[in-house]
Amino acid sequence: MALTEQNVPAGDNNSQMDHSIVGAELDENTQQFLTFILAGEEYGVDILRVQEIKGWDAVTQVPNTPEYVRGVINLRGTIVPIIDLRIRFSMEQLEYGPTTVVIVLKVISGGDNSRIMGIVVDGVSDVYNVKNEEVNAAPDFGDGVDSSFVKGLATVDEKMVIILDIDHMLNSNELATVNKAVDDGE
Amino acid sequence: MTFDMSQFLATFYEESFEGLDIMETELLALDVGEADLETINTIFRAAHSIKGGSGTFGLNDVANFTHVMETLLDEMRDGKREVTQNAVNILLESVDVLREMLSALQAEEELDNERITTVKKKLDDLLAGTSSEGTSSEGTPVASTEKAEADTDTGSGWKIYFKPDEDMLQTGNDPVRMFRELAALGELNSVVDSSHLPEFPLIEPENSYLEWDLTLTGNIKKSDIEEVFEWVEDGCELTITPIASDIVTENNAVPASSAVSEKTSAKKSPAKRKASTETSSIRVSIDKVDELINMVGELVITQSMLSQLGEEENFGENQIEKLKSGLMQLERNTREMQENVMRIRMLPISFVFQRFPRLVHDLSDKLDKKIELVLSGESTELDKTVMEKIGDPLVHLIRNSLDHGIETPDVRIAAGKPETGEIHLNAYHEGGNIVIEITDDGAGLNLEKILTKAKGSGLVGENDKLSDEDIADLIFQPGFSTADVVSDVSGRGVGMDVVRRNIRALGGTVDVKTTTGQGSVFTIRLPLTLAILDGQSVVVGEEVYIVPLVAIIESVQVDVSLVNGITGQAEVYRLRNEYIPIVKLHEVFNINPLHADMKDGLLVVVEAEGKKVALLVDDLLGQQQVVIKSLETNFKSIEGISGATILGDGTVALILDVTGLISISKKNASKVKKLTVAA
Repeated sequence: MALTEQNVPAGDNNSQMDHSIVGAELDENTQQFLTFILAGEEYGVDILRVQEIKGWDAVTQVPNTPEYVRGVINLRGTIVPIIDLRIRFSMEQLEYGPTTVVIVLKVISGGDNSRIMGIVVDGVSDVYNVKNEEVNAAPDFGDGVDSSFVKGLATVDEKMVIILDIDHMLNSNELATVNKAVDDGE
Repeated sequence: MTFDMSQFLATFYEESFEGLDIMETELLALDVGEADLETINTIFRAAHSIKGGSGTFGLNDVANFTHVMETLLDEMRDGKREVTQNAVNILLESVDVLREMLSALQAEEELDNERITTVKKKLDDLLAGTSSEGTSSEGTPVASTEKAEADTDTGSGWKIYFKPDEDMLQTGNDPVRMFRELAALGELNSVVDSSHLPEFPLIEPENSYLEWDLTLTGNIKKSDIEEVFEWVEDGCELTITPIASDIVTENNAVPASSAVSEKTSAKKSPAKRKASTETSSIRVSIDKVDELINMVGELVITQSMLSQLGEEENFGENQIEKLKSGLMQLERNTREMQENVMRIRMLPISFVFQRFPRLVHDLSDKLDKKIELVLSGESTELDKTVMEKIGDPLVHLIRNSLDHGIETPDVRIAAGKPETGEIHLNAYHEGGNIVIEITDDGAGLNLEKILTKAKGSGLVGENDKLSDEDIADLIFQPGFSTADVVSDVSGRGVGMDVVRRNIRALGGTVDVKTTTGQGSVFTIRLPLTLAILDGQSVVVGEEVYIVPLVAIIESVQVDVSLVNGITGQAEVYRLRNEYIPIVKLHEVFNINPLHADMKDGLLVVVEAEGKKVALLVDDLLGQQQVVIKSLETNFKSIEGISGATILGDGTVALILDVTGLISISKKNASKVKKLTVAA
């Protein structure tokens, strides 16, 4: 457990360095995050991974998949799976409303493979510039809380934003591609 | 430059491989002793163009090698040399070596020099048998590159492009004086470009509007020229290039750069290189392209008709009729175009078949059997991707027929059959499928032996009763072989299961029919294309699924009196004289059905791998062609689902994998069994 704790900030820094090169208009130490709301908490994902944001629409259910896989949609000719984050995080389910949106993300799944996936969240919130030093490593929440998807915690305007590790989150367990299963880390 | 060369190089390789195929086919067709002149000519021409091409691209190893072959063929053509079996065999071997050389060069790998030398020696020896003139002209293709280097130094000089800024004259510099100075250095030719000269009333006499292209020939130092322009350097555009440079560098660059690029990229990982060679091209006959262009023309007409209709102001009933017919036309155009575009990917199966005469020729020699291969239906077309994947399974099946099927000549004569065995390879279209049959008139499968083996290895229980077909089907089981002696041709028991697995992966089937003493027939059925499927839409719960039409035998309304339970767990449906297991799709997929009562549902009887099951669905919708999309691209494969498609309204429908469904239902059944045992 102690090992994983130390690895989190290290991996964090690396990936931020990479992205800041891509997002040229920002200085090297700043990263942009798109944040969204899930049960009153604010979560952030690297904005360069966001392909688009769209309203919730009916999906086609895929049989024999975990409950959090809501189904698949047609995104301009490609089949994209939709994951409900509330169910993924074992939160109380909420009826989808007008603010419910699907954030379509590009997920790197080992090597050069990338997949397009959508996550259902309560609503999008804001875009923040966050300096690298403002991101704190996730503390050990103890056994009760699944912290493996949390890349770090950032403070923006005195509010806490939970930065998610989407590559880890959307490649683990049942979402893993068959041949290269990613260890859940739990 | 290098890039352009590599483009041509790709074409060269492609053509050379085609040429090699032609050579091979013709060599096999060559009658020893009384050779047909036209056949030799064809072989000669193929060898000649490979030699020419490889010389052009600086592939001297290939050029030299082909040259010897060419000389040999030339002598045969002129009747100076007899066509012996030995010569044909050596030539065939040479074709192999050439193919290896070319693929090695294409993949930028090391050449197998040892093998090349051995075979070349054989060729040389053969050639030396009557005449020895062949070796003299080696290296001819290299000559051209040397010539170019020779005239590097002659006629050197400089090309100068000079464009003074508008205000140069105002600084007191006069181009005329500068040109006079240049003329003193060597022979000067000047071409003036006055295109920037404005209309006469607009001319400012103190401005310069001209630019010059100067050619200065003679042995002149560049610094001397620069000195002339020293004062105006900042007030003009000036480029000084050596005249000969573009000729010299070009001539040098071709061999040098290609040699360098070959060397440097040879160091790169060969795996990466290979990937790039796989992005291959296809040759499409001009007819197909013309048809497509026609089709697009029609589409444009339909489109303009519809848009004209849309602009009409009084849109009445009359227009609706027109709209409907226009839409119908559009639908027809789209469908035809889809078919035609698909056809572009279709190639005649002869691309696969043409390698078999050689295979049979070589193997029958090795096995001391006399075998004739008969090909038919070579022009049957199928999708390129399917074709690429069907080659290996076919090779395996043919080897198998050669090794196990056809008997040795003495056995055949003893059995009252002609000495020469026959293997018939046939392809034809049937429905949306292509069928490939491999028929041999050999001994047929030894069913008794297979059964004993199967019982011995526990594949079949001691007391199981199997039909002949079931027994024959056992050969497709993993690890099954009846060969007493493992030869290097076949008999290791790996293979037939792989054949079946590969063919299944393509969505096809393979089965075998056999008559003891008279031979066996292997039948492969493959879908024509992997991209489009004829489907039947069915409704289960709130979802629409697509069942591949080829799998469907019939659909029936549920007559509850014909549903029988077995041990209260599994259910079967009595359809005429058959009992067919029922697979309730909503149970397999864990979804809520529309109709709780079975009698309101429908049964779709499907067949896969010779097994029938009845799928219980809530409703049937229409039949349609669907474009197959992969679920794995962004998600993963799901058992029982082979892919997804997008329906007319933009929603996604999943395509059922009948084979997978059958295995799921079996698993569920065995789960049930285990539970009852445990209880």
